[in-house]
Amino acid sequence: MADVHLPTTLMPLFAGLPRRLDLEAATVDDAIGRLDAKWPGLRDRLCDPSGGHIRMHIHVYVDRERAGLDTPLEPRSRVDVIAAISGG
Amino acid sequence: MSRTVLLVGTRKGLFMLESDADRQNWSMRGAYCEGWPVYHAVYDQDSGAIYAAAASEWHGSSIWRSPDLGETWTQSSEGLAYEDGRRMSKVSSLSAAHGRVLVGVEAPGIFESRDDGATWSAYSMLEGQPGSEGWDDPSNQPPGHLGISAITSDEKDPKHVWAIVQGLSLFETTDDGKSWTPRNRGLRADWPREHEEVGFCVHKFVRSRADEQRMYQQNHVGMHRSDDAGATWTEITEGLPTEFGFAAAAHPHDRDTFHVIPLDPGHGRTMPDGQAAVWRTKDAGSSWERLANGLPQENAYLGVLRHGMSGDTYDTPGYYFGTSTGQVFASADDGESWSEIASYLPAISSVEVAIVD
Repeated sequence: MADVHLPTTLMPLFAGLPRRLDLEAATVDDAIGRLDAKWPGLRDRLCDPSGGHIRMHIHVYVDRERAGLDTPLEPRSRVDVIAAISGG
Repeated sequence: MSRTVLLVGTRKGLFMLESDADRQNWSMRGAYCEGWPVYHAVYDQDSGAIYAAAASEWHGSSIWRSPDLGETWTQSSEGLAYEDGRRMSKVSSLSAAHGRVLVGVEAPGIFESRDDGATWSAYSMLEGQPGSEGWDDPSNQPPGHLGISAITSDEKDPKHVWAIVQGLSLFETTDDGKSWTPRNRGLRADWPREHEEVGFCVHKFVRSRADEQRMYQQNHVGMHRSDDAGATWTEITEGLPTEFGFAAAAHPHDRDTFHVIPLDPGHGRTMPDGQAAVWRTKDAGSSWERLANGLPQENAYLGVLRHGMSGDTYDTPGYYFGTSTGQVFASADDGESWSEIASYLPAISSVEVAIVD
């Protein structure tokens, strides 16, 4: 089970969405798909709907390495989804 | 007694100001939409719902909906995307009427929802219109570009819609978006244009509630009036301190009375000489008078954007405008006097007023 940590900016948008959760997923894309199945619309908040890639200011790290949608997940991977520090 | 509700879209979420029909005392609540930049928020008179077009730098564009004047909110962008890979930077403008919500986006296109904002689908991309071959060019999209900067739905005919493509044209459709006609004849443009019918920088388009044939627009270069439902336009700038501005509002009961907020036309785009004022014509633009009673007259470099002014429909109408420095000013006496009803909001993008019975 991957250990998935989500940004606090998502919590108010989806009722019951926890800050961290365990997910069975083969890739980052798979993990986001599983989240979207339970909380419809969540994929659109993390991925660009027209380009099929992670949004510019959303960063995903798998075991502390910058990841993309196709990055594979190991059974004990830690996944950090970060709303990039920018703006004011 | 009626409730008067202002929907104030800001750089950091949506705020609501509420009063009664007297419009003297106001209470504020918010911020809603989780602090996302709100470009435009409207009240759907038919359903009683509020819709807010918001675009987060992190989480993208979405349309927020509250069915109960702000108590509860949902948001959805399902279907709100270009299938051909065009990038959607923001949702800019809303119109809710006839059981449908239209949203204008950047890059220019219009989407619709017929299920209370739960899902969205393409309404019209204005394909093939003169100028459309260049409106995705980044050189035509300066910072803050809105794409479809305004949508106006006809109150009676659901197939009749007006839309502004920012920096290019006002367009009209009478067949529900299947075909569009540019409506710019008589407008001034002080720059070269590649097409005869388009290339005009329409900032704000307002229809008179008292006469469907009467329209006003604040253009990048001048104020204009139409007496034939947009078929032709006549410039009415003379008497105003500048030809530039964004915000405008028409009197709800008198077709010849109209309000506008002139701004300096340079990059500052604030009220001239640091003296805040709304300008009014009562004779369809033949003459203008300066309204400043209650507005700051020293060091007040206030900007007001294109969705930043609105008027209500009471017998003695009220007007409201929000500034790029976070103040909201209100008049409950047809513009004769003004008071500051909010002082410290984030930069304001839009102000719309609803009367709720």
